[in-house]
Amino acid sequence: MKILVTAKRVEDPESKIKVKPDGSGIVQEGLKYKINPFDEIGVEEGLRLVAKHQGEVVVVSIGGKEVQEQLRHALAMGAHRAVWVNHTGPLDQLAIAGLLQKVVEKEKPDLVILGKQSIDDDQNQVGQYLAEFLGWGQATFASKVESAESEQEKNKVPALVVSADGKSVRVIREVDNGLATVECQLPAVVTTDLRLNQPRYASLPGIMKAKSKPIEELTPAKLAVDVTPAIQVLKMSAPPARKAGIKVADVPALVEKLHNEAKVV
Amino acid sequence: MPTVLIIAEQQPDGSLRKATLNAIGAGKQLAEKAGGELHIALVGKDPAKVADELKGTGAKAVHVGAAPELEHYLAETYAPALAALVQELKADYVGMASTAQGKDLMPRLAARLRAAMATDVMAFNGGGADITFTRPMWAGNVFAEVKLTTPVKVFTLRATEFTAAAGGGSAEVKTFTPKVEASKTKFVDFKEVKSARPELTEARVVVSGGRGTKGDFKEIEALADDLGAAVGASRAVCDAGWVPNDLQVGQTGKVVAPALYIAAGISGAIQHLAGMKSSKTIVAINKDPEAPIFQVADYGIVADLFKVLPELRAELGKLK
Repeated sequence: MKILVTAKRVEDPESKIKVKPDGSGIVQEGLKYKINPFDEIGVEEGLRLVAKHQGEVVVVSIGGKEVQEQLRHALAMGAHRAVWVNHTGPLDQLAIAGLLQKVVEKEKPDLVILGKQSIDDDQNQVGQYLAEFLGWGQATFASKVESAESEQEKNKVPALVVSADGKSVRVIREVDNGLATVECQLPAVVTTDLRLNQPRYASLPGIMKAKSKPIEELTPAKLAVDVTPAIQVLKMSAPPARKAGIKVADVPALVEKLHNEAKVV
Repeated sequence: MPTVLIIAEQQPDGSLRKATLNAIGAGKQLAEKAGGELHIALVGKDPAKVADELKGTGAKAVHVGAAPELEHYLAETYAPALAALVQELKADYVGMASTAQGKDLMPRLAARLRAAMATDVMAFNGGGADITFTRPMWAGNVFAEVKLTTPVKVFTLRATEFTAAAGGGSAEVKTFTPKVEASKTKFVDFKEVKSARPELTEARVVVSGGRGTKGDFKEIEALADDLGAAVGASRAVCDAGWVPNDLQVGQTGKVVAPALYIAAGISGAIQHLAGMKSSKTIVAINKDPEAPIFQVADYGIVADLFKVLPELRAELGKLK
């Protein structure tokens, strides 16, 4: 089977994000960039499925020349080839899903896996937009019951299972108050939650091999998609700082404060 | 006159999802700012009973669509049903609480309406035709003011930022026949993680434990039960398999904003702070005086949680 996975370029989640004084954006200096962690989980899941069912994993990223770094990272993990949609400037989810729709129509994958959200704009929308644009089924927030590091992992039911006839995928989804299981006819769109798997490290041979794997270049013009944004970010600001708190000496002092000052107990 | 449509959510057991009331409260605010009126939509197999509950929340009308095909929630069947209603009402704003269902459904609905969408809206700014939304980015480290320029504007709402709608008027309940489409996805099952305690995102008080508990949550749970509170945990604790994942508070877990948040044995990693720093009052209990959690806590105690929590229970008991 053929699996298409997204690989967005985002700031390293460990970095400290600061807003520019004029509110026009964030301070870029000194920031490191990575593949969106949820997308990296998507690449891992794609590789695991292809290991089981044969086929190939194609990664796609949209952005300037620099996103090739994230594509090479996914190729080093084991993805087979990459598609780069070359575009600089702001894009919203309508444009991104529109571009991905065209890539999907060109590649005709059996399954598209995206991170449930990217950790920069935290929107959690593109997978769902894409599924609707394509008229496909969607299973968002694919996850596992236990944590990735737990002992039970080896024995538990995988969250993504492709049926024996290769016509559907069964997905366990992490939702409020529990776990929902759905079955989507293929082709389908799946978005990954954090605990779906533990992405592998790119090995040195993997990194060497990735250098010679092909990256195909496309553009919004080539894909005939109008990418004029319908969302404008007018201003960014730092969240209001919390007032510096106090340390209390003992429990009776704490309860006194909670009762008389904060009035919460 | 602009129309604001808020989509109500039913729990798998058929009851009303409480965050809906906060979303309606937000819808009321938006309708006032935009100079419009508020409507509520509800679809499902048997939504009539919940519709009754929604009558007194201050909306102009509650639109109820029932169809057997809508028994189990699926974005693929709910989105067309609701999109047809949005078009019929000519709604300008369509919102829903940022629950798992809201986050799954609203982008699909927005795509169908070719509308732009904002996730986790915390506030509305401006007035009349010029409304903008405030929403978090980079795990709550940045607040952005965004403007949607499509005719229909779709959003999900961070429920804890808005007051729940209560008592106000008696809305007209109107039934409509939902548009039903075949779905390529089918519901298989839902396994509920049951708890006698309140749900994290809806609790007035949250008591959370971190690595400092070493996996022993007895004292956390006992204090939570004394206070009628929800139990939370840091990611490290969930990853270690000490407590279930659905207790996780943080960027990758649940975002909470209770009146009182008690963090015991939690260091205060960025990841955790993103999920709880909007709490009204924060108490930190940690042996390490340098723990970052003290920088956001209103009240801190530098001590062992296993000593503090029993004392705290005893002291709180005296207040009763």
